[in-house]
Amino acid sequence: MTRELRATGPRTDGFRRRVRDWLAEHAPSGDDRVPEASESAPTEEQLAAARRFQAALYDAGLAGITWPVEYGGQGLSAAEQQVFHEEAAGYDLPTGVFLISMGMCGPTLVDLGTHEQKTRYLPPLLRGEEIWCQLFSEPGAGSDVASLQTRAVRDGDSWVVNGQKVWTSGAQYADFGALLARTDPDVVKHRGLTMFVVDMRAPGVTVRPLQDMTGAAPFNEVYFDDVRIPADAVIGEVDAGWSAAVTMLGHERVSIGGAVRRRYDPMTFANLREAARARGVADDPVVRAELAELYAAERKLALFNSRLRQQSDAGIAPGARGSVAKLAGAQLLWQAVRVAGLVVGPRAIAWDPTDASGDELALAINATPASSIAGGTNQIQRGILGDRVLGLPKEPRVDRDVPFRELRVGTQAR
Amino acid sequence: MRLLLDEEQTRLAESVRALLADHCPPQRVREVMADDGPGIDRRLWTRLAELGVTGLLTPDRLGGSEAGHVERCVVLAELGAALAPVPYLSSAVLATDVVLALGDDTLAEELLPGIAAGRQTAAVAVADPGGRWGSAAESVRATRDGDHWRLVGEAAFVVDGGTADHVLVHTDHGWFVVDGGAVSWRPSRTLDPTRRMARAEFAGTSARQVPCDDPAAVLEAVWQRAAVALAAEQLGGMRRVLDDTVDHATVRVQFGRPIGSQQAVKHACADLYASCEQAEAVLWHAAWTADHDPAALPEAAALAQVVLGPAAFDTAASGLQLHGGIGYTWEHDAHLYYKRAKTSELLLGTPAEHRARLADALSL
Repeated sequence: MTRELRATGPRTDGFRRRVRDWLAEHAPSGDDRVPEASESAPTEEQLAAARRFQAALYDAGLAGITWPVEYGGQGLSAAEQQVFHEEAAGYDLPTGVFLISMGMCGPTLVDLGTHEQKTRYLPPLLRGEEIWCQLFSEPGAGSDVASLQTRAVRDGDSWVVNGQKVWTSGAQYADFGALLARTDPDVVKHRGLTMFVVDMRAPGVTVRPLQDMTGAAPFNEVYFDDVRIPADAVIGEVDAGWSAAVTMLGHERVSIGGAVRRRYDPMTFANLREAARARGVADDPVVRAELAELYAAERKLALFNSRLRQQSDAGIAPGARGSVAKLAGAQLLWQAVRVAGLVVGPRAIAWDPTDASGDELALAINATPASSIAGGTNQIQRGILGDRVLGLPKEPRVDRDVPFRELRVGTQAR
Repeated sequence: MRLLLDEEQTRLAESVRALLADHCPPQRVREVMADDGPGIDRRLWTRLAELGVTGLLTPDRLGGSEAGHVERCVVLAELGAALAPVPYLSSAVLATDVVLALGDDTLAEELLPGIAAGRQTAAVAVADPGGRWGSAAESVRATRDGDHWRLVGEAAFVVDGGTADHVLVHTDHGWFVVDGGAVSWRPSRTLDPTRRMARAEFAGTSARQVPCDDPAAVLEAVWQRAAVALAAEQLGGMRRVLDDTVDHATVRVQFGRPIGSQQAVKHACADLYASCEQAEAVLWHAAWTADHDPAALPEAAALAQVVLGPAAFDTAASGLQLHGGIGYTWEHDAHLYYKRAKTSELLLGTPAEHRARLADALSL
């Protein structure tokens, strides 16, 4: 069914064989599976297994596929990256803990880091020795992340940071973070921001788990109390943190859009078709119609992504059109929640403790709201498409020409 | 699988678009629509033939260009965007595909050169007055009369039927070809004023049987190709509605600012865009599949109608809504796309039937 969706061609066939052979030999079996970052925090043992696997990937020349060779990458194209995604889709690889390092922080360092930063941070990141997290969102700065309040004040050769971050995946085990902080409150909000590398083990950094609606705690609140950061830890330029953040958010959308869904996702068309057969409702005309519609939604998104990749290979940059995939992906999951209820019926609400499939479906149902909130809400994606793709007039903004200090944001009273 | 147009296909789209901009502006569509005549623009049909796009699947030796479904879809997308009143879907798609699927050389030599050259048109009669695709086999009876055959009964929903030179009829004895002038036509009232349909009444009409081992297989093959072709028209309409709506939202000012700066309007436009982009990928996949992977066509064709039928209507309806009051006027074109989209959504069967086809293809 997905055969013709694959990136094919003589250029990638050899690479595909290499990936396939390597995965067949080295991918862990079900028992060694490490939970994804979005499920719950991994144990020490699972983290160690994930690091070993990533190191093996690196040694096999399959880490940092599109990154420069100079910094430990493979220097290949997006086509090879896609081949790897496709081949890996058949496995539950323990690479979830590296998603933010590899998909967001690393690529941003590749784009904006100094030679010294890239040399220092990229190779250990690719070998799984160091894990990164992203420190953007705050309690008062969600969709409007540029209104963040965490302050970095210059003090001699270093910066002193105070503030609070939230929704930080992986902070409990991360070695470094990409921190966005306010360095100049006297200019408009987008201008006075700077991005830093912060050592998560530095004195004054406190990490507290944040439990989400699934009951798991994959996220954290991170507090900074007089944390000192050296001057050479700035990523990009001082006060140019917004453009660095936009760069990273662009990588985030791509890594969310390109991420292959888990093999055991109970809400895919294929798995819901099996569930319908198992429950004996596959012949019900309503179930058939809903499953066909779910398939159509899955397929049109997959075909859109293929077309976007083909355009990208042909030199047409995807730009903000990646937001279509983010938006449609969330809508697909919401549709799947509806169909799953129809197909599975009462067993979706109560099941025997020995029935793991009940837990899997419950987790999938409960995790669905994240799809239309995390990484930019559906409303934000629609705004991006309207502004940047369709070129519609911008909404008048009340905070555009006002210095940050005078805005009413977060805990800052006007 | 290729989901992008190559340079030649892009040039084809541009030349058809240029021709339509010159010879089929909205006011021309209105003139043809308002006229009591045939409801088609014969001059435009001839110009399209001169451009060489009316026989894209027709073999070289029969005056066609032996291109592919992708090329034909490129043309159909432009025709759908312009609501061009030409017998392209009826002659260059449905009738041509029936003739090609029947594989009868005599018939092909008789009909296809005329269609490809724009000299003649042909229509296809496959539905009974209830409208189900293929049901004409129950409503049109063929009886032998010495060396001849005669048809008795009715077929409805015949696109461009009243003006066709030839009619291909699906009867209880397989496929027949009939002289268009020999049929008694009863023009239907139609939801879409830019797409004429007629009911064919056969009262002992003289007909020629086309040899065919499996008439139902021909019917099915034609449905799949028509589903892809119609999807291209639907995509063209969607793109035009999106563009018009974004333009309107950019210039229309209310409450002291362009309405497109309002999230309620902007987000609705973004949804239209997301729908269009996915529909486009589905269409080119279906067209590519028709050209290169026939085994996968039943699924790809059903998918095209499951996705594009409702998406095109939703786009037309939402586009009209975003125009506000002006969109509800006869003068504005929004209603023409609305009526075309609803017609196309139901032309080859209902969305429920398309879903059932897709479910069959997925072994549901």
